[in-house]
Amino acid sequence: MKNIWTIAKREFDNYFNSPIAYVVAFAILFPVGIIFSIIMFSSSQQSSFGGPAPTPDALTNWFVILLIFFSPAVTMRLLSDEARMGTLELLLTAPVRDFELVAGKWLGAFLFILLLILVTLTFPIIMDNFVEPGIDMKVLFSSYVGVILVSAALIGLGVGISAIFTNQFAAFFVTFVLFFFLWILVGVPAGFLEKGGEVFRYLSINTHFFETMNRGTINIGDIVYFLSLTALGLFVGTTAIEIRRWR
Amino acid sequence: MIKVSGLTKDYGARRAINNLNFDAQQGEIVGFLGPNGAGKTTTMRILTGYMPPTDGEAIVAGYDVVEESLEVRKRVGYLPETVPLYTDMVVFDYLKFMGDLRSIPDVEDRVDEVLDMVGLSDRSDGYIGNLSKGMRQRVGLAQALIHRPEVLILDEPTIGLDPGQVVEVRKLIRDIGKDRTVLLSTHLLNEAQNICDRVLIINKGKIVAEDTTENLQARLIGAERVILRVRGDGDELAKTIKAVKGVQGVETKEDGAVEFEFTSGKDVRPEVAKQVIKAGYDLLELRPLGMSLEEIFLELTGSDSKKK
Ligand SMILES: Nc1ncnc2c1ncn2[C@@H]1O[C@H](COP(=O)(O)OP(=O)(O)O)[C@@H](O)[C@H]1O
Ligand SMILES: [Mg+2]
Repeated sequence: MKNIWTIAKREFDNYFNSPIAYVVAFAILFPVGIIFSIIMFSSSQQSSFGGPAPTPDALTNWFVILLIFFSPAVTMRLLSDEARMGTLELLLTAPVRDFELVAGKWLGAFLFILLLILVTLTFPIIMDNFVEPGIDMKVLFSSYVGVILVSAALIGLGVGISAIFTNQFAAFFVTFVLFFFLWILVGVPAGFLEKGGEVFRYLSINTHFFETMNRGTINIGDIVYFLSLTALGLFVGTTAIEIRRWR
Repeated sequence: MIKVSGLTKDYGARRAINNLNFDAQQGEIVGFLGPNGAGKTTTMRILTGYMPPTDGEAIVAGYDVVEESLEVRKRVGYLPETVPLYTDMVVFDYLKFMGDLRSIPDVEDRVDEVLDMVGLSDRSDGYIGNLSKGMRQRVGLAQALIHRPEVLILDEPTIGLDPGQVVEVRKLIRDIGKDRTVLLSTHLLNEAQNICDRVLIINKGKIVAEDTTENLQARLIGAERVILRVRGDGDELAKTIKAVKGVQGVETKEDGAVEFEFTSGKDVRPEVAKQVIKAGYDLLELRPLGMSLEEIFLELTGSDSKKK
């Protein structure tokens, strides 16, 4: 288990040397900040007419959408680049299990996203100070639990796909297509299929985050959904590394 | 320390190594000599636990490379052929990372130690990407040494270095090899001759010869050829030498030197020297003419017509 931490730490530290990490941080935090400003501005206009108090769920809503677009850039090179540079050979001949390597990569990227999540938490805190009697803490809590679970799952899938490819752009593309599928495309058959539509509905991130946790309800089923995706990603990654060895 | 039996590896339909058998003892530097594509890297990757063989068995530092891969990996230091390193990392941080992966206690002190061993202490704070090829090679060596491995596996450790660096790295390997098992691959004959106690010659996935550097020459020739030179010209010199028991193939050269052979293991040189001096000549030179490793190599791996 110590190996997971060693690998995670190197990966986390490495993000601060990487221009892509700064671009992603900016691309996520800047729009969320803009949305925050718009909410605050419009609510200050409306509140003089007795309008509703602002809620933080729009922030987490947009955070997850931005994560769908940009987190593939955070995970794309995690293992593909090790394979391309040949450094994978040293990791695979160090006394580290394949799973520990993949899990360590996952943890490093997850901690980076967690840092971004932590930064966005300042917005609801500011919001809470401006509205009476304060924002709905129950919704805030469940939506942040949701954001953390979504991040874990997306990073997990991203790491798994990164282990399959040697080219980081291929990894990016496939990861992004998968996320887009889980976000929007699975909802299409769910909409018009009379039978079996439930299966597609179950697969969708919408069902498990946007329509539930981001509105204040936490179900065990939703938690299981995201943890399963995380585990699936780590499993795919570990298997891909093992297959690499046998080739 | 290393024991390989029947080792075979197929990449798809292509057989990269075919039924290799060899071993290496502690304190021995064994050279793995062969042209590109011979299967050196493939063999080393199996021995380091990077990939499993298709068939056969390898025991390294007492553990099976397939069944107990993690135990093997704990005890082996490996310098891969291309010396893959994270160019965006600082030398010290990189070595600390590799040390942490191997759970070394007081890892920072150990990093300083290995940096000193490979002569890179002054580059500790520099980025790996800014180092010369020779320095990176030494970072790779430091990484391979950090956990005091029982077995060191070095894949073409001097490739791409300039001559000065080659000399340095070879010296380093010889020092390191005094108390552990080193298996190093090379496609340079003089390198094998220079560093190794024993050489395995591999071609097209098969070991074609295995012996100490000296024996290998002797075995190929079956006899050792010697050149002898005296002051002035020795008309009667050939006769004197021929008279010694065990001397064969005596031949007088244009410059007056005499070449002769004796069967390996039955060294006649002391007796020849005695007789030559007794006959009143001033002995200037008595030197073995052994085949160069280049010639041996051609002999062993070249066309069948040349094979004996
Ligand atoms: N990953 C691979 N996939 C397919 N063939 C390979 C692979 N690696 C090596 N080979 C082939 O196996 C043979 C042995 O290669 P290698 O072990 O790299 O030789 P060497 O290190 O002696 O140059 C070569 O014919 C090479 O083309
Ligand atoms: Mg090679």
